[in-house]
Amino acid sequence: MVDAPTAGSEENAADAFLQGGPSLRNASGPYFGSYGGRWMPESLIAALDEVQDTFEKAKADPDFIAELKDLNKNYSGRPSLLTEAKRFSAHAGGARIFLKREDLNHTGSHKINNVLGQALLAKRMGKTRVIAETGAGQHGVASATAAALLGLECVVYMGAEDCRRQALNVARMQLLGATVVPVTNGSQTLKDAINDALRDWVSNVEDTHYLLGTAAGAHPFPAMVRYFHEVIGEEARSQILEQTGKLPDAICACIGGGSNAIGLFHAFLDDASVKIYGFEAGGEGVETGRHAAAISLGRPGVLHGARSYLMQDEDGQTIESHSISAGLDYPSVGPEHSYLADIGRVTYEAVTDTEAMDAFSLLCRTEGIIPAIESSHALAGAIKIGHRLTEGKDDPSEVTVIVNLSGRGDKDVETAAAWFNMLDEEGHVKGTTLSTRKPKGPSERASGASADENEDQN
Amino acid sequence: MNEPTPSKSAAAIDKARADGRAALVGYLPAGYPTVKESIEAGIALARNGADLIEIGIPYSDPVMDGPVIQAATTEAISNGFRVADVFDVVAGITAATDAAVLVMTYWNPVMRMGVDEFSRRLAEAGGAGLITPDLVPDEAAEWFEASDRYGLDRVFLVAPSSTPERLDMTVKASRGFVYAVSIMGVTGTRTSVSSAAEEVVARAHAAGAERVCVGLGVSNPDHVREIAAYADGVIVGTALVAALRDGGVEAVGQLTKNLSAGLGRAAAEA
Repeated sequence: MVDAPTAGSEENAADAFLQGGPSLRNASGPYFGSYGGRWMPESLIAALDEVQDTFEKAKADPDFIAELKDLNKNYSGRPSLLTEAKRFSAHAGGARIFLKREDLNHTGSHKINNVLGQALLAKRMGKTRVIAETGAGQHGVASATAAALLGLECVVYMGAEDCRRQALNVARMQLLGATVVPVTNGSQTLKDAINDALRDWVSNVEDTHYLLGTAAGAHPFPAMVRYFHEVIGEEARSQILEQTGKLPDAICACIGGGSNAIGLFHAFLDDASVKIYGFEAGGEGVETGRHAAAISLGRPGVLHGARSYLMQDEDGQTIESHSISAGLDYPSVGPEHSYLADIGRVTYEAVTDTEAMDAFSLLCRTEGIIPAIESSHALAGAIKIGHRLTEGKDDPSEVTVIVNLSGRGDKDVETAAAWFNMLDEEGHVKGTTLSTRKPKGPSERASGASADENEDQN
Repeated sequence: MNEPTPSKSAAAIDKARADGRAALVGYLPAGYPTVKESIEAGIALARNGADLIEIGIPYSDPVMDGPVIQAATTEAISNGFRVADVFDVVAGITAATDAAVLVMTYWNPVMRMGVDEFSRRLAEAGGAGLITPDLVPDEAAEWFEASDRYGLDRVFLVAPSSTPERLDMTVKASRGFVYAVSIMGVTGTRTSVSSAAEEVVARAHAAGAERVCVGLGVSNPDHVREIAAYADGVIVGTALVAALRDGGVEAVGQLTKNLSAGLGRAAAEA
C-alpha cells in the first residue's frame, strides 16, 4: 500500500504542465476544463446569477473583505495554527508532518470559513432565510451558527439516517435556533439532503439563499466556496515558510466534495515543487464497491448542477456511496478536483475505513489530538506519502508534509468507540458503569448487566 | 423557434388548435409500476383525450419532482426499470395511438448512454423529442446537434424567474413547444394555479414562441379550463400518477377524460 506505481508518471505530467502552462490559481468557473457548468433547472438560473453577481461585487469591495477578515479573526479564531506533529512523524517514514489546525476554528472545522462568507452575501442580497444540507452535521452546525450570528432564519436538511447517528449535532443545531428537517427520500444521506435543499430553494428562492457546504454544485458555488477557504492555504504557506524556511514537499487533504482540500491546495497550485495529494474515502475497500472514491473509480457525469467525476451505474443512476465518515460519504466531487486530476496536478488516492481509523488512533495517542474521521483519511494518506517520499533518503526529516486537519473528532467519539470495540452490548462504553459506580475491582467488570440498572438511578 | 424538420409536438398542438382548444399533455413515468403497465397507461391517456404524452425516465436524483412522482419513480427503479426500457414504452404507445410522445428526462442518463445514441434510439422508437428539466440551452450544445440530426423536438423550460434575455434565448433554442413553469417550485398538486403562469406565457409568446404549454401544479378540470384560456397546451403530471397509483390504468383514463373536458376555449370564456 505504501508505493503507488503510477505516481511517478503523473507527477512528471504535472511538472510539465506547470513549466509550460498558465497559472492554475483563481480559476473563476463556470468551467474547469470540461467540468463544472450549470446543469440546473431554469427556475434557479436567476438565483445563481444573483449569487454570482453579489459575490463578484463583494470580492471587489474593501468593506466586505474587512468584515470577513474581522469575523475570521475575532469570531472563528483565525489564523489557525500550523502544528508540527513530531511523534506522529516517526510513523510516516520520519518525514516532518505539519498539521493545519482547522479543528481549532469556532465550531470545530474548516466549514465556518465558507458559511461566514456566504451568510454575509445572503445579507447583501436581502435574503432573510438560509438553507443548508449536512451529512455528519458539521456544515449544518456551522450554518446554524452563522445564521444565529447574523440574524437569519436557518433550515438544515439532513438524511434521516444521519440524524439518528448524529443526534447530538441535531441538538446543537436546534440549540442554535435552526430547524432540522430529516430527509427520508432515496438513500437518506447527504446527496438526498442536497436534493431536498434544492427543492426548497426552487420553491422559496425569493427570500432564501442556499448555503451549499462544499466546493461542488452549479456555478458560482465551486469557485465561490473555494474562495472563502483559500485562507487555509494562504496561512499554511506562510506558516511553513516561517517554520522551516522552505515550501513543503507535499500537502495532503481529504476529499468528499473537496472544500477543505481546494482551500489548502489553491495557494500551492503554482508551486511546481510541491506535490499535492487528495485522499478519497475508500470505504470497505475500492474492490468491494462500498466506497466513496468518485475520482478514483467514477466517470464524468452530472449531479447537483455540475459535471464532474461521479459514481454512477450503466444507466447514469447515482450509486450510493459508503464511508465510515459521513462527511466524505458523497458520490461525486467538486469539478475543480476533477480537472486537477485529469491534468495530473493533484494525485487522488483512496484510503479505506480501516486505514483512516488506524491513523485516527495514532494521532490521538502520539499527539493528544482527536481528529475528525474525515481528516483521518488525510492523515492516513500522509503516512503513505511520508514513507514514499523519504525512501532512500539519508535524512528523512528533510522531507516536509502539510496535512489539513480539517476538523476535530468530538462528533466522532461514538463511531470511534464502536469501531475500536469499546462499547458493551448495550452501547455503553465498557467499564464506565462498574468503575464509576461500583469501583470494587477488576473481577466485577465482566458482569455488567445487573449493575447497569442501578447505575442509571445514580 | 427553429424548425428544419416537421415537429411532431407542434403538429399535435396545431391539431388541437384547429379544433378550437388547447392541447392536453399528460405525464407518466416509464416503468411504473411496470414497463407493460406504463405502456397501457400511456395508451389510456391518448385514447381519452391527451394530445401529447410525456414519458418520464425514473432517475435517482429527481430535484424538480415532488413526493408523488418521486415515490413512483423510485418504485419503478426498484422494480427493475432500465433506461433503455423507455424506448419500448415510447414505441408501444406510438404504435397504438396518434399522440406525440416525448420523453422527459434529467440529463445524466442521456449523457451516460451518449447524447447521439440516445437520440437515435428515441427517433427510431417514434419519439417526438425531449423535455429537459435540468438542461438549460447554455449547456445543450451536444443536444442541439443530435436533435437536429434526428429531427427531435427540444422542449426547454421557462420560469417566472427567467430574465427577458434568458426567456428570449430559451424560446429561440426550443422546438415543438416551450414548457412554462407555472410557479416557482417542484411537481405536485396544488389548490390553485399561480397567476404568474399567465404572465410567463404572455412573455414567451411575446418573445416569439408559437406554442407554450403550462405545467406544475395542474391537477383538475378547473385548472385546465383556466390555463386553456391563455396557453396552447396544459400539462398534467402528479394527478395522473396518483390516479395510476390508486386506481390503475382505468383511473388514468377516467381522469384524462375529465381533464379534457376543460380544454375548450369557448368553455373557458363562458
